[in-house]
Amino acid sequence: MNPNEIIINIEHLSKSFNGKKVLDDINLYVKRGEFITLLGPSGCGKTTLLRQIAGFLQPDEGVITMDGKDISQVPPHKRKLNTVFQRYALFPHLDVYDNVAFGLKLAKVPEDEIAARVKKYLKLVSMSDYEDRDVNTLSGGQQQRIAIARALVNQPSVLLLDEPLSALDLKMRKDMQIELKEMHQKLGITFIYVTHDQEEALTLSDTVVVMNEGRIQQIGTPTDIYNEPRNEFVADFIGESNILNATMLCDRKVSFIGHDFDCVDEGFGENAPVDVVVRPEDIYIMKNLNGAQFTGTVKSCIFKGVHYEMFVNTDSGNELMIQDYNAFEVGSTVGMLIRPEDIQVMRKACTCNVFDGVMTSDETVEVFGVELECGAREGLSKGDEVSVEFDFDKVELLDNKEDGAEHGFVSFILYKGDRYHLTVTTDGGYKILVDTNEVWDKLDLVGISIRPEDLRISRTGKEE
Amino acid sequence: MMSARKIISKAYLWMILAILYAPIIFIAVFSFTKAKSLGNWTGFTFDLYTSLFTGANPASASLLEALQSTLIIALVASVVSTALGTLAAIGIYNLHGRRKATIEFLNNIPLLNPDIITGVSLFLLFVFLHVSKGYVTVILAHITFCTPYVVLNVLPKLAQLNPNIYEAALDLGATPMQALRKVLIPQLRPGMFSGFVLAFTMSLDDFAVTYFTAGSAGLQTLSTYIYADARKGGLTPELKPLMTIIFLLILVVLAVVNVKAFKKNKNKNKENR
Amino acid sequence: MGKRSSWVIPYFIFLVLFVVLPLVLIAVYAFQDSYGHFTLSNIFAFFTDPKIVNSFLVSMEVALENTLICLLIGYPVAYILADRDLNRSAVTAMLFILPMWINALMRTMATAEIFSWLGIHLGKGTLLFGMAYDYLPFMIYPIYNQLNKMDRSYIEAAQDLGATPSQVFRKVTLPLSMPGVVSGIMMVFMPTVSTFAISEILTNNTIQLFGSVIQEQFYNMMWNQGAALALVMLLLIGLTTLLPGGKNAAEQEGGLI
Repeated sequence: MNPNEIIINIEHLSKSFNGKKVLDDINLYVKRGEFITLLGPSGCGKTTLLRQIAGFLQPDEGVITMDGKDISQVPPHKRKLNTVFQRYALFPHLDVYDNVAFGLKLAKVPEDEIAARVKKYLKLVSMSDYEDRDVNTLSGGQQQRIAIARALVNQPSVLLLDEPLSALDLKMRKDMQIELKEMHQKLGITFIYVTHDQEEALTLSDTVVVMNEGRIQQIGTPTDIYNEPRNEFVADFIGESNILNATMLCDRKVSFIGHDFDCVDEGFGENAPVDVVVRPEDIYIMKNLNGAQFTGTVKSCIFKGVHYEMFVNTDSGNELMIQDYNAFEVGSTVGMLIRPEDIQVMRKACTCNVFDGVMTSDETVEVFGVELECGAREGLSKGDEVSVEFDFDKVELLDNKEDGAEHGFVSFILYKGDRYHLTVTTDGGYKILVDTNEVWDKLDLVGISIRPEDLRISRTGKEE
Repeated sequence: MMSARKIISKAYLWMILAILYAPIIFIAVFSFTKAKSLGNWTGFTFDLYTSLFTGANPASASLLEALQSTLIIALVASVVSTALGTLAAIGIYNLHGRRKATIEFLNNIPLLNPDIITGVSLFLLFVFLHVSKGYVTVILAHITFCTPYVVLNVLPKLAQLNPNIYEAALDLGATPMQALRKVLIPQLRPGMFSGFVLAFTMSLDDFAVTYFTAGSAGLQTLSTYIYADARKGGLTPELKPLMTIIFLLILVVLAVVNVKAFKKNKNKNKENR
Repeated sequence: MGKRSSWVIPYFIFLVLFVVLPLVLIAVYAFQDSYGHFTLSNIFAFFTDPKIVNSFLVSMEVALENTLICLLIGYPVAYILADRDLNRSAVTAMLFILPMWINALMRTMATAEIFSWLGIHLGKGTLLFGMAYDYLPFMIYPIYNQLNKMDRSYIEAAQDLGATPSQVFRKVTLPLSMPGVVSGIMMVFMPTVSTFAISEILTNNTIQLFGSVIQEQFYNMMWNQGAALALVMLLLIGLTTLLPGGKNAAEQEGGLI
């Protein structure tokens, strides 16, 4: 790519707060004039990343360059970019005109030019007659417009927007989305936009950057992100989806919910455990059972405005979400079909829990910060460094967080058609993956218990 | 790594703090020696502390008496203020428009008035009503300037309250009195507590109002005692240990209250995350 | 709902009896002579009696100077305390507020003792020093509060729009902290004018402030004259509450914890 096309380049950026990594080795470039969105749930690091680009935070490691120059240590007032803040941050002691003119006055722009530019940008945000108004008397939507004008009037080459629409109601938000998109096209400058609203991100952006837990999960166009999610987090976060355990039989052949399907993915090897994603609108559902790849029983059917949303129990006992324009009677048997190109195959991040540990006695091992009973193991004694493995479905979660060897909270839930796949974050910050049939809610506090015989322990330390 | 800005800031803070605390520390240090005049160190001793509490000389006996009156007045005044102020706050919260504004305005008067105005005006009231001055008048006067603090501390707690919980209690069969005792008061307790603590210290601190409402029958609080002492031109030596003790007590109480509030905030932040 | 609002009635009666009536009495006594006849002479004395005029002017001067000293010393303290980059400790902030809780007379006595120990002659200088010492926390507290609750995004917005650190302070932080400054001024100025014991102790009664004059008149049984001066002071307070942020001061004082 032509280096002139890149306006901002971020390399190996990391940031910790109180020892907790909120950004971990971020690499990202932003093309001149594009509308790029940082998307992710709250706490994923997207705002931290934006604040480092703006200069309100200094990176611990890594470099941010703008137009080829390192700006990591440049104070915010010397950066040629402007920010639209989440809660507007309009100066309450200044009226609309003085708020918008603030940056220009600091830059010692001549009075008459300030007046002209303020007028022009107030017009751009459709707030022409509000110059003398007290900002405290404006509605949320109006304040938002002034905040945008206040940033744009300085003619920055990059505009940063930190969840600018999150405080507005739904109708207003939709209108502003369209206006923002139009503004972006009209002005031709780069927009870096932060949001947790996936629909907003898909609507507005040229490029979407999906983030979670301080890392970039996937970068791509909205269509890429939607149609080809790279991992289960992206698949779950963007839109509705069925995420299922599967086995890649060979190239272009995958098996899940007890049936073999043709697909278009290659290069996963033979009999490799994978995840597949099927969007609910991509499953064809019909009364006619002939020609169906598999069958099932309709469990529920709800009208959602444009389509019906149905949950269907398949012949193999999995539950699928299906969206269709036609309603199917609850209790009826239906046939279903999935086209090869609608099956998105993803490599599994891991197939079981693996942690480093240390034997603390002949029968106990210290792993993820707690001591577990493991029974006597041949060839292992106190002080040995070991690797401890256990399967997802061998972890028992307990209602009472005081029970069990360790406790934590449910940080991520994925329904996999026949079971829940949970991520439990322990008090020590370790993540344990759990497969269970029990229903838990996000942020539930749970006790964690693993039976000694389910631990697979092998030595990793040097032989003495 | 500290920036120059940070070093200068820290130095400035500590310099001001040192000046602010110098007299208190000075008094504390010289409470451990026996010399009559300050700054004259004649060896370490607890003599002043023992004579303070045994009332060994007449001056310290009347000092102890003043301390006792101070505490009784502060306790009665702050308890009554807390009850009166909490009820008033609930009433004010349920008022609207003009009436609410009027009560809030009246409530602010004792806060904005300098002590001397409050003192003089109550002095004239008691003269006008031909009430003989003593414990009762001082306590009434203290309630006057303490209650507004309680009201202002309880009102924000009411605003945080779910407006339906009182109705919910009534709906479930509670009488208004029961709803107050079992539902409202427990929710308002933190505000009532800080109001009470403020009222108590304000009462302890007061000099001017007490001065004008105590009458001439010999009722003295710590403040009026010190004032009389100063007018006579000499400081009762036992005041030094007393000041030291009071200062330490306040330090401990405030530290406990603030650490509690601090911890609470911290927990809240954790939950939010 | 109509019922619960009636809970305010006892306090309302109390307020009328112990706040409104006494203030009315000040006005009544101010316009009477010692025989209970109407007169304006007590009020005129405020403008004509040289001793009273003098003490009033001196009080105003001392109060102005004291307020200015407290503001100049206290603002930077409040600013540093509220700045998260410079101070993270709530304990330090508490240490500055703490002296407010200790009996003012005790603190004043202690200061006076230090002066006499150091051999410093009691007078205007010691008065100003001692007063600044007494009232500094009352200036720091409301400004600190105001700065502390200020949304940090205002500062970031200003930086973002190109303001240097000193421009951020002049154009955003300072104007936004003004309500706290006004409260602080009110919490220092009026008490300084009206104080009597403190000035007596700190100057060995060589400088008489307005509060001392009122106290002396009551002490000498000249209630009517004293009431007239109190009335003047009351009007002065009434005027200051009209200042923007004046009402704020009462609320600041109410929430010391």
